[in-house]
Amino acid sequence: MDYDLFLRYGPSLLRGFGMTILCWAAGTALGMLIGFLLALARRLPIPGLSWVLRAYIEVVRGTPFLVQLFLLYSGGPFIGIRLDATTAGIVGLGIYGSAYFAEIFRGGFAAVPKGYVEAAESLALPPGAILRRVVVPTMLISILPALVNMMIILTKETVVLSILTVPELMYEAQTMAAETFAAFETIFVMALFYWLLVEVVSRLGRRAERKLTSHLTQKAGAVS
Amino acid sequence: MTDVTASPIAGSSPEDRPMITISHLSKSFGETQVLKDINLTVHKSEVVCLIGPSGSGKSTLLRCLNFLESYEAGEVRMEGRLVGYTEGFPRRKMKNRELRALRREVGMVFQHFNLWPHMTAMENVREALVQVKGLPLEEATAKAEAMLTRVGLADRMHAHPSRLSGGQQQRVAIARVVAMEPHVILFDEPTSALDPELVGEVLQVMKDLAADGMTMVVVTHEMGFAANVADRVAFLDGGHIVEDGPPRQVFHESSEPRVRQFLQTYHERNSF
Repeated sequence: MDYDLFLRYGPSLLRGFGMTILCWAAGTALGMLIGFLLALARRLPIPGLSWVLRAYIEVVRGTPFLVQLFLLYSGGPFIGIRLDATTAGIVGLGIYGSAYFAEIFRGGFAAVPKGYVEAAESLALPPGAILRRVVVPTMLISILPALVNMMIILTKETVVLSILTVPELMYEAQTMAAETFAAFETIFVMALFYWLLVEVVSRLGRRAERKLTSHLTQKAGAVS
Repeated sequence: MTDVTASPIAGSSPEDRPMITISHLSKSFGETQVLKDINLTVHKSEVVCLIGPSGSGKSTLLRCLNFLESYEAGEVRMEGRLVGYTEGFPRRKMKNRELRALRREVGMVFQHFNLWPHMTAMENVREALVQVKGLPLEEATAKAEAMLTRVGLADRMHAHPSRLSGGQQQRVAIARVVAMEPHVILFDEPTSALDPELVGEVLQVMKDLAADGMTMVVVTHEMGFAANVADRVAFLDGGHIVEDGPPRQVFHESSEPRVRQFLQTYHERNSF
């Protein structure tokens, strides 16, 4: 292996990795936000709304991410949406993730025991407080593994952004490979970077899970 | 045998105005009519027990009183205010804000406690004090602690529900309701999910509340509690109130065969 290559290309690979993390974090946050709002909106008793939102989810889940990105980036200008490559990448990732996150949140809402909400309603808690203080904390416990799983999947979907010339890790690695013909080294290093990101995400996920479920497993002093 | 109060506002002074007036209340789940022309009045500081076989409509009736269940016909009035619907015809459902104003006066204790599992006992009691009454956090905390002390849980207030026994959880749930200073408390089979040895501690808290003059409507299978604490007992069967009167009358002098038969099985089961 030619280690000299990494000295020369290290800085650009690291920049690319930074860009990957930025796009992933922003895209995931956007996807979760849209997904949460979608799941919430589907619970509103507005005729037809749930059907429309379900159609959105099915279309997004039913088409490849690559196609969606092209539609957004190249087709966007025809309907007045003109985005630079990085913004298009983040928005695209957000839309793609939102459909999956919406389904995860929908399941989470359904899994909250009805009695918790009834207790809150009978105490006259306002709907916003019920959502924030009772429903979301309860559902997070059951959906956290699925959320982390989707976040991990999205780390690897960021490679597709390279075709929009977003200067993320895949793009930088391809440049390196094209300039040096060192295909194996490039791919090896790239894999390491993605693995590192996934490992960090899943560790953080496990830590969050432990924290959220501590009240279910804690060793209390006295149990009568 | 039922107490019919058809006039929407019976009496004018607050003292003789009934706490709860149920008139001609009917409710269906799909094709099945579960409540049929229910009439019942509950006065201030009265303890009314609803008894009867499973599926007789007791819990549904109770849940109509704070509009956790909607009803189609008749009306429920809480201190004169129509529950769940706006006055006038055709009637429309109340706005959430109005329903919440009404529910501030009506507490409910559930069979399965329904404590929020991610909050400690104290946080469970404090939550509505902050979110609904708008108390500052410190004041709400002090009040929550005082309430838990009152139900005998001073040493367990920082435990999460999963670390509490069923009896303790139900006492937290009662403290959570009483802290809001409601005018009425509805109990939906509060001891049915408890191990027999834990029933007593919950009934004791309820007896104390009754002694303090709290207006209570209690769906229960605890005939001892109904006989000793209730001012009135209403027996439901098939969605009707079959008998309504003082416990002595319902338990010992009822001429209704269904009431006698129901109580007979109770006597047999409890006298091994």
